[in-house]
Amino acid sequence: MQSYADIAKGDVLLSVKDVSLSFGGVKAIQGVSFDIRKGEVRAIIGPNGAGKTSMLNVINGFYHPQAGEIMFKGIRRPKMKPYEAASGGIARTFQNVALFKGMTTLDNIMAGRSLKMNVGLFWQMLRFGPAEREEVIHRRRVEEIIDFLEIQAIRKTPVGKLPYGLQKRVELGRALAMEPELLLLDEPMAGMNLEEKEDMCRFILDVREQFGTTIALIEHDMGVVMDLSDRVVVLDYGRKIADGVPDVVKADKTVIDAYLGVAH
Amino acid sequence: MSDATLPAAPAFKMTPGRWTLLGFVAFALLIVALVSTGTIRRGDFLYNVFADPFVSMVDLPDLLVQTLWEGLVAGVLYALIALGFVLIFKASGVFNFAQGIMVVFAALSLVGIYEILTLRLGFPPGFVAAILSLFGAIGVMFVLAVVVERVVLRPLVNQHEIIMLMATVGLTYFLIGFGEYVFGGNPKVMITSQLGLPTGSSTFNILGGRVSIQHLDVAAAVIATIMIAALAFFFQYTRIGRALRAVADSHKAALSVGISLNQIWVIVWFTAGIVALVTGIMWGARSDVSFALEIIALKALPVLIIGGFTSIPGAIIGGLIIGVGEKIGEFYWGPLFGGGIESWLAYIIALGVLMFRPQGLFGEKIIERI
Ligand SMILES: Nc1ncnc2c1ncn2[C@@H]1O[C@H](COP(=O)(O)OP(=O)(O)O)[C@@H](O)[C@H]1O
Ligand SMILES: [Mg+2]
Repeated sequence: MQSYADIAKGDVLLSVKDVSLSFGGVKAIQGVSFDIRKGEVRAIIGPNGAGKTSMLNVINGFYHPQAGEIMFKGIRRPKMKPYEAASGGIARTFQNVALFKGMTTLDNIMAGRSLKMNVGLFWQMLRFGPAEREEVIHRRRVEEIIDFLEIQAIRKTPVGKLPYGLQKRVELGRALAMEPELLLLDEPMAGMNLEEKEDMCRFILDVREQFGTTIALIEHDMGVVMDLSDRVVVLDYGRKIADGVPDVVKADKTVIDAYLGVAH
Repeated sequence: MSDATLPAAPAFKMTPGRWTLLGFVAFALLIVALVSTGTIRRGDFLYNVFADPFVSMVDLPDLLVQTLWEGLVAGVLYALIALGFVLIFKASGVFNFAQGIMVVFAALSLVGIYEILTLRLGFPPGFVAAILSLFGAIGVMFVLAVVVERVVLRPLVNQHEIIMLMATVGLTYFLIGFGEYVFGGNPKVMITSQLGLPTGSSTFNILGGRVSIQHLDVAAAVIATIMIAALAFFFQYTRIGRALRAVADSHKAALSVGISLNQIWVIVWFTAGIVALVTGIMWGARSDVSFALEIIALKALPVLIIGGFTSIPGAIIGGLIIGVGEKIGEFYWGPLFGGGIESWLAYIIALGVLMFRPQGLFGEKIIERI
């Protein structure tokens, strides 16, 4: 794992400044600022309804904040669309698993290559020549990811039939297929048993190690957060209440209060 | 594994569908009994409704074959219209009220462009002009898809389904008005032979009788089959087909991997437009090309009720069931009602199927999504 000193010196990949987002009367995010540096695992934690998922949705362009700005790779991105986020190198998974349920594991992960494939509609219709070659090349990459995640056995299974833990793994595979620079994981271990959690932890660390991917991670399990992350930002009621290395955050009085529900 | 742990055979349960089936069988036996004991006989109302049609089917099998064939051909065309609906519904959740009009509009464009080419631009009438017109009509359907995406879908995305439905109702009236303005309101004749489609018919002596088959109907069945197979292949094995299936499954997941919904919508509307064009050619060749053809869209609804709004196999099987059921009903029971039953029979057949399978043939979520 990188030391804090390394990361503190690292380049900022994404920064969020004074971002506020509300839905009608509900203030989901209120004036939150933080940054994510290249190569780090950045955890976002906080009680339910704190605004963590909303923050990921802002980062990948699903929601547009009413105030504040987002810089990605040094460029200001106002009103970034999901398509632009994806082509800029942001991939994500969802809290409640959003897979293409009728499609096989292979096809789901192949769908993650959509942006990397660009043979035109004409050849697609014929499906010979360039389109065929392109399929083969990308299929090879996808097989590597399948090996990496150890899901060879379910390659041809429609994902709707898989148990929840495996679905989360396929979803991670689909995000990895995009070869992202920034990977957003929304509670990747929720609803998993201990063994599945350990596997997922290992995959996340391996992803960072092997592909150098920067990771932003929402997680409830404090043990996991402390093990995996380089820095932690804590949200509560849409506000940022702490930001720093795990040990410091863990000892922070406001954080403990928020988690013990003192103010709730 | 010991025998004790083997699951017991599932107990036979009487579902509502099985009760209905049992009822039918019991009723059929009753009729047979009544007829053979002479309680009801030729000329009685009950005999005419419940016995006579089946007696004629057995006595004149050639007529039965003829009727079945005609039903299958009509069914193929119903299936194509339903297919257009399903494509658009799956990819964008829009119930496209304009699908029927798109059939007419596509056929009118084809014939209209042919008229312009041959009558005004001095092209020699014939195959070449017809093929040029075909490409022209495909171009028109592409432009329509782009315009619909820009003007209707994009501004209304995430609106309630009813609003989208109303937008397609508006599109229907726009296409009628625009079509009449550009191509005139008079019925036109489909350029069947110019396109190289066969027009004659052949008669076969089988089963002690004669069955006559229109060559055009054979061509329609073959072309429809090829088109459906090509579409299935396209969906299953290409990147864009995969993207289409992805969008149909989950909009947000598709967006997150960078699939552009706008591009996908253009592609599905264009595909539905091509399907409409093929349907329009086949249908127009059997009658003429006018806005009266629009009513065939009404046949698609019972097909969708049977097959489900999201199932392509459902559209195909549903279309064939309605087509065959309708022709059989019309031929054998129609005279009892003094004819004219084809306008509502399809709906009765759909209700009949729903009695056995309330969820439709293939549907898991046909009711939930509309
Ligand atoms: N699309 C939405 N419409 C309305 N309210 C929303 C929407 N998304 C999130 N919220 C609200 O914003 C607040 C933060 O939600 P969320 O970001 O999901 O929290 P977390 O992921 O931290 O549990 C909640 O009060 C939630 O109800
Ligand atoms: Mg959440």
